[in-house]
Amino acid sequence: MKESDTTVFDTTAVSHWLDGMLAPLMQLLDEQTPVALIGIRRGGVDIGTHLLAQLKSKGVAVEAELGELNIAFYRDDFSSVGLHPVVGPSQVPFEVQDKHIVLVDDVLGTGRTVRAAMNEIFDYGRPAKITLAVLVQRNGHELPIRADVVGHNLAVQSNEYIDLDASTMTVRVGKK
Amino acid sequence: MSLPDPQFNALGELHHFIDIDGLDKSLLTQILDTAEGFAGVNDRTIKKVPLLRGKTVANLFFENSTRTRTAFELAAIRLSADILNVDLVTSSTKKGESLLDTLHVLEALQCDMFVVRHGDSGAAHFIARHVSPSINIINGGDGQHSHPTQGMLDMFTIRRHKGDFSNLCVVIIGDIRHSRVARSDISALVKLGAGEVRVVGPRTLIPADVESLGVTIYPTLEKALIGADVIMGLRLQKERMATATVPSSGEFYRTYGLTPARLALAKPDALIMHPGPTNRGVEIAGSVADGKQSVILEQVTYGIAVRMAIMSIVMGNATNLRRAQS
Repeated sequence: MKESDTTVFDTTAVSHWLDGMLAPLMQLLDEQTPVALIGIRRGGVDIGTHLLAQLKSKGVAVEAELGELNIAFYRDDFSSVGLHPVVGPSQVPFEVQDKHIVLVDDVLGTGRTVRAAMNEIFDYGRPAKITLAVLVQRNGHELPIRADVVGHNLAVQSNEYIDLDASTMTVRVGKK
Repeated sequence: MSLPDPQFNALGELHHFIDIDGLDKSLLTQILDTAEGFAGVNDRTIKKVPLLRGKTVANLFFENSTRTRTAFELAAIRLSADILNVDLVTSSTKKGESLLDTLHVLEALQCDMFVVRHGDSGAAHFIARHVSPSINIINGGDGQHSHPTQGMLDMFTIRRHKGDFSNLCVVIIGDIRHSRVARSDISALVKLGAGEVRVVGPRTLIPADVESLGVTIYPTLEKALIGADVIMGLRLQKERMATATVPSSGEFYRTYGLTPARLALAKPDALIMHPGPTNRGVEIAGSVADGKQSVILEQVTYGIAVRMAIMSIVMGNATNLRRAQS
């Protein structure tokens, strides 16, 4: 659907991307390593909540609660843009040590958010493994970080943004 | 024409944190919300975030204070800033040239933030007006004027336990006149919309115009405590007891000491707070200070997260200003 400069992917499309993440994610889990999900606020928490429910419904042994990260204190741009608004504190209600952490975000772009999130995770403990799962992987990487599980790949211009509206499960691509 | 509030930079953002007067409710709420984010850092394996890596904070304490200095030190350390404790305690506080010379030396040493504690009211304000614009000032207590980080950590402690301020009845007991903590608490409580703020203490220690700040003077502690949600004690400063304006400590305790019997007049879930150090048997009974309603030690713990929030907000704003001006 195209409205002037904006493209909207509707609920059906986005749900399809999300459902498609489950099987490849399950292939990456092994029975020996306990699994826990951590979502990056805010979009990653919405996607993480969904994935966690799906894993549970498949009978996968996983930490019952989703961890949530607010990476404002770990961003690499404090000395250029200052403190980002704090959108709720980080909450990791389980031990990270020796877990298989599935780190979840809505959109993987430059990779800087994921780097910050991984730095924060290591301040909670040393995970056995981190797997990155994202709803959308876009181009424009600035770090050697790629997702292990991708709902959908999107090629966009550098002046375009990708935004998830979790209340409707729609994704909007527009000009910045 | 009055001078603009030196706490704000050219973009209207908080640049120095000197006094809660002059700040609005949304800014106080932003500080409390940011502190909420930092509070969890204390529970991690690694109690540190990389936010202020490469920044240098200088603690300029012209007046002794182990606990405030330590709290600022820990806040800076947990933000990954480097911290410098400059011993400036001298018998005579001379503002003017000698103070400015000290500041200019520290500026030349490329510090980014000064935390100032001074026995004279207005000292942090004076310093803020005279330092280079690249430096942030945080007031760690100035004379009888203001102790805004204590005020904010008190608000954080109250909010954590009670949530909303609007229905709260808060009682502040003791030496209101000489207390910079009381001044900052009153200012913050009124701005955050506390339902009722009551003050009570010996007549000589209650400023006559205190009601203009939005509080009510109560004649007796017993009356003030009825229906209280939060009870804040203040340190009765022993150095002032020698003067005739202050009753003896025994007399103070008989009339204004927070005893278990008096505490029973407040709501059963009332919080007991005190900025410390407490004089047991003067302002508060030991059993009340150590009792299950006491959050006195929580105040100390939360003081780290609140100071981390204030330090990172003002330093972040300094970044924004540099970018806007470049």
